[in-house]
Amino acid sequence: MSQARHATRRRGGRGRGEQAMVPDAEFTSYYGRPVIREPVWRTPDVPGYLFLGGLAGASSVLAAGAELSGYREVSRVAKTGAAGAIGLSAVALVHDLGRPGRFLNMLRVFKPSSPMSVGSWLLAGYGPVAGAAAAAELTGLFPRAGRAATVGAGLLGPAIATYTAALICDTAVPAWHEGHREMPYVFAGSAASAAGGLGLLAAGLGLLAAGLGDARPARELAVAGAAVELVAKRRLLARLTGDGTRNLAEPYETGRTGTLLRVAEGLTAAGLAGAVLGRRSRLVSAASGAALLAASAMTRWGIFEAGMASARDPKYTIVPQRARMPAATPDPARPTPGPA
Amino acid sequence: MVSGPADPVARAGHAEHPPRVGFFTDTSVCIGCKACEVACKTWNEVPEDGLVLSGMSYDNTVGLGASTWRHVAFIEQPVSEADSVDGVRWLMASDVCKHCTESACLDVCPTGALFRTEFGTVVVQDDVCNGCGYCVTACPFGVIARREQDGGAHKCTLCYDRLSTGMEPACAKACPTDSIQFGPLDELRERARLRVSDLHDAGQDKARLYLDDPSDGIGGGGAFFLLLDEPEVYGLPPDPVVTTRDLPAMWRHVAVAAGGLFAAAVALGMRRRA
Repeated sequence: MSQARHATRRRGGRGRGEQAMVPDAEFTSYYGRPVIREPVWRTPDVPGYLFLGGLAGASSVLAAGAELSGYREVSRVAKTGAAGAIGLSAVALVHDLGRPGRFLNMLRVFKPSSPMSVGSWLLAGYGPVAGAAAAAELTGLFPRAGRAATVGAGLLGPAIATYTAALICDTAVPAWHEGHREMPYVFAGSAASAAGGLGLLAAGLGLLAAGLGDARPARELAVAGAAVELVAKRRLLARLTGDGTRNLAEPYETGRTGTLLRVAEGLTAAGLAGAVLGRRSRLVSAASGAALLAASAMTRWGIFEAGMASARDPKYTIVPQRARMPAATPDPARPTPGPA
Repeated sequence: MVSGPADPVARAGHAEHPPRVGFFTDTSVCIGCKACEVACKTWNEVPEDGLVLSGMSYDNTVGLGASTWRHVAFIEQPVSEADSVDGVRWLMASDVCKHCTESACLDVCPTGALFRTEFGTVVVQDDVCNGCGYCVTACPFGVIARREQDGGAHKCTLCYDRLSTGMEPACAKACPTDSIQFGPLDELRERARLRVSDLHDAGQDKARLYLDDPSDGIGGGGAFFLLLDEPEVYGLPPDPVVTTRDLPAMWRHVAVAAGGLFAAAVALGMRRRA
């Protein structure tokens, strides 16, 4: 005879000496099966898309700002980076579809209730503009149209870099959904940090003819972005812990994902320090830029994997839902047992 | 737009429509025969999706999926000797798509493949779906799924083709105990309230209705249930809330974050190079 009522009490974490942040509550499930379905979104397609979309959008911000203030060299790097990143991310998106040949069906309708629909239209507008900005820059043709495209991409870039937060949070995945108030700031910070990091890396590698001083806009964006990312991630985890009745920070803090996100945080902090202190060192600038880029990618991977883990284990669906429900008392609105 | 709890059928654009229909699944009379599973597979020509023995009592379909649109759960629950000769009570329940009033899968579908029919049910148009998987991730019940063979999302249609010709869905037709009841939602809700009241009178204290209430987190289910224990015992979420209720807040925060990036562009642009 099988035991159907699993009052499953588990050990904290998944081995490797990890400690669960919240003691596991007793909960009941159907043979330990997940309640919600694990997303069919795959690695590296979707976390790669989250990273590349952020890098592209914020690079367009950097390109527009740098172009308007006369930092042509860094603007060139950012435009090229934006076009390359958004091209790759479009490939990742189409590749992740169950029926890739039908990707154009995304543009059958426009639905504000679907972040993926909004994102598809944003991409359809942004992609060609960012591509045109880069093409004009690299070929030297149509400079005025190129400048208009640079500004246009700079206007759409912030939306491209942040809508993906709504994309993953507008789901039943508990570790994403419950973080919906903080996730857009994490993504904006991570995107800015990556775009600034790309500029710093290029400057450090000597790709800017005017030298390190020409990287100033990239350096400022990197510093601001990294700072926002560090603070927003902490606030995200605080939200997911709540008053201690929720266990949703756990998937972010335990196992391989926990390690990944801790390393990402360390790299962000190191990149931030390097960007501030290494103004005169090409080596430090390049290393800081690379660290920020890597940290941004690892952050997106970690957030993606934490959500997947929270979907796989029924405790992350059931325990927070139970915690927000009133204690089981007879409902006066319902018929009560007793003599008729 | 985000679907609302008022008349979801009219909101979907069906100005004149038949009464909203659905399922009332009364698990207290389910005998676990799986006729619903078989009838659904047969009528809808749903492909075979694995012939395995799960070890989960008599449940070998394990859960709803792209090719399992009715699923019978089997729970062997230890109870006191006084309640049962052998110390066990059987809970059996036929699960199905809830055809939510506020339907997350429908809200998030970017292609319009998912739509609300004139009967108030939620159906995937297979020739439109591009397999993006957003509905799979949005459903609070883990119902809709992507089929490996064709890459598209699939789930219960509440036998849309049968409804159109005045027939009841195959599972309800096949159910030998009327555990699965089909009909206008208003009538089903009334019948369910009487049934749960009878069960309470008979001493079944833990009997309760699930997803019958239009004020719940999904605006009430088009398919709802009478359960004999907590929802999670059956693999159902205790307090499901449609994710798109929070979408306006998400867009607000996205707008503020995007505004921050825009401000960064302006700030960078205004600091002319020396």
